[in-house]
Parts: sequence; C-alpha cells; structure tokens
Amino acid sequence: MSKVIVVTSGKGGVGKTTTSASFSSGLALRGNKTVVIDFDVGLRNLDLIMGCERRVVYDIINVINGEVTLKQALIKDKNCDNLYILPASQTRDKDALNLEGVERILNELKESFDCIVCDSPAGIESGAFTAMYFADEALVVTNPEVSSVRDSDRILGILAAKSKRAVDGLDPVKEHLLITRYDPKRVEAGEMLSVTDIQEILRIPLIGVIPESESVLQASNAGTPAIHLDKSDVAEAYRDVVGRFMGDEGLPMRFVTVEKKSFFKRLLGGR
Amino acid sequence: MIAGLISYLRGNEKKTAIVAKERLQIILAHERAGRGAPTPDYLPALQEELMVVIAKYIHIDRESINVQLEKHGEYDVLELNITLPDKMRLNR
Repeated sequence: MSKVIVVTSGKGGVGKTTTSASFSSGLALRGNKTVVIDFDVGLRNLDLIMGCERRVVYDIINVINGEVTLKQALIKDKNCDNLYILPASQTRDKDALNLEGVERILNELKESFDCIVCDSPAGIESGAFTAMYFADEALVVTNPEVSSVRDSDRILGILAAKSKRAVDGLDPVKEHLLITRYDPKRVEAGEMLSVTDIQEILRIPLIGVIPESESVLQASNAGTPAIHLDKSDVAEAYRDVVGRFMGDEGLPMRFVTVEKKSFFKRLLGGR
Repeated sequence: MIAGLISYLRGNEKKTAIVAKERLQIILAHERAGRGAPTPDYLPALQEELMVVIAKYIHIDRESINVQLEKHGEYDVLELNITLPDKMRLNR
C-alpha cells in the first residue's frame, strides 16, 4: 500500500524543501521506492536542493496537460537508486495545478511507488492546499519561533477540516511534528521555545528534532540532500526521523540537549 | 546596556521563551475557537420542526423553545431548551 506524505508548514523558510529532500532520500535508502514532487509552481527549488536542476526537461504541469508521460518527466536521483524527482514548473501560472490532474498523477504513481513525498509551497493558497489535499500523512515542519508555531497550528486545522480524508470522512491525516533549526543552547538560556513547549502547544506526536547547523547550507550549496553528509548531526537526525517513520522502536531523541564538547574535540575543532 | 545590566543584577527578567509560549497559548486558543464550524445553518429549521412536534402535545409559543450548538472543550453540545408555560406546571 503506497503512502502519500506531505511536507508542509504554512510559514516559508522553515526547512520544507530541505526536509523533503532528506526525508525522501532516507526513505529510498531504506529500500522504499520513492518519488518526491515539488508543488511550488513558479518558484521551484527542490531540483536545486537535490542537485538535478540541469536535468529538468519536463515538469508536473506538462504531465497534467498531457503533453508528456509521467515517465518522461521523472528524474532519477543521482544518489539513490530508488528515488525519483518530479519537478514543478518554473514558468506556468500556479492555477495550472488542479486537483483532478494531481489526483490522476498520484494514482498513476501509486502503481509503482511505495512513498510519494509532496513538497508543499509556503502559505495556505492553492498550491499548498493541492499539496496536502491527498495526503495520508503529514510532516509539519516547525521552527522554535512564534510565527512558525502559529502557522503550523493553522495548517493542522486545514488538514483536519479540508483534506480529502477529512472531506470523505476517512481516518484523519496522520500528523507528525518535525522541529527544525533547533538550538539547545538557546533553549537552555531561555531564549528559545523548547521541544516540550512546542509539543504542548501543537499537541501532535513528535517525529524528530533537526538541530540548527551550518551543514544545511553546505548541503544546499552542493546540491546534495543533507542526509548524505558525513559526520553531520543533521544527517543523523534525519536518519532518525526516517527510522521513526518506518516504525523503528526505541530511537532516542538526539540533539535536544547541549553537547558537552570534550577538550580534545574542542582542540580539533570537531563538530 | 545599562538597563540590561540592572535587570541582570535584579535577576527578575522573564525569559523570552516563556513569554513566547504564553503569547502563543493565548492567541491559538482564540484562533482555534474561531476556526470551528460557524453556527450551522440547519439550526433555525431544526428549531421550527421541533416546535411543530412539541406543539402537538403541549401548547407553547415560539419564544419558549431555544436550540443552540455550543463547544465544551473537545465536544460539541447541541442544547435544546423548552420552557413550559406556567399554567401547565400548576396543573401537575
């Protein structure tokens, strides 16, 4: 049974695309045949983060309009055998992304993929709505910051009331809280909302915490999803997220407390 | 900076994370309440039909029946209030 997972947040710049790239790569590394779809028509960026921008020929709108087949538009990922990318259109009007067309594409993808990851645009307009409408599960990406938490709450309201599952009266969309750009040092100093604070406010199960890290920028510079980085806490944290999503038990929540660096580590400047 | 030093010495400055949490709890409680379904449009019709049924058995007037939908935490409560006329109570 294939799953449609939306990566959403409401607010922009919190790490949806970074998460979509690493999460879909992680699912593929675990043996799931995975496709990741960019829903940000007009402002596509997933291709850059995945490092396949120069191989984009066709996009999701071409497929919806019947100009090309799905197979022609899918781009095989350079790092994972099991992963494909369906880019958004950079030029078209965002209204070209209609619900009927998207449903047709998703149904076709479900025939050959285990996991379909939908990278939502920011906001609550049609693009974001279309990305979440068909979801079975949702990763709600939230920064420990007031506007992001508020927007996530809004998105949760929309998932609960307006998604296809809600409209059809099926089991609700399974929601997962993913906290990104977390800085335990600032939390300890009382300058940042803690994991517990955010959980108490949003009241959905936590799937992971991604620490604030310089390596995210380095990953995007290189066009390699952060999960592939060596010795990076971000990569480890994303692997944990994928593990929990796949049902691995007993994974401790890492990177949520200040790490006491040993003298040697400090001397060597390791991170 | 001097102000910061003073409040540091006093040690009574509220941490901003706590302020953030309190502000969020208040605004979200408010927004969630407003987000729930607005008064459903079937309420007047429901009130009218109930009125007809009850009027078959008891003589009541239009103002003595009241139907409303309220939110009590997680639950929606449909509340039906019928005020019986004084005379009837006396007969019993």
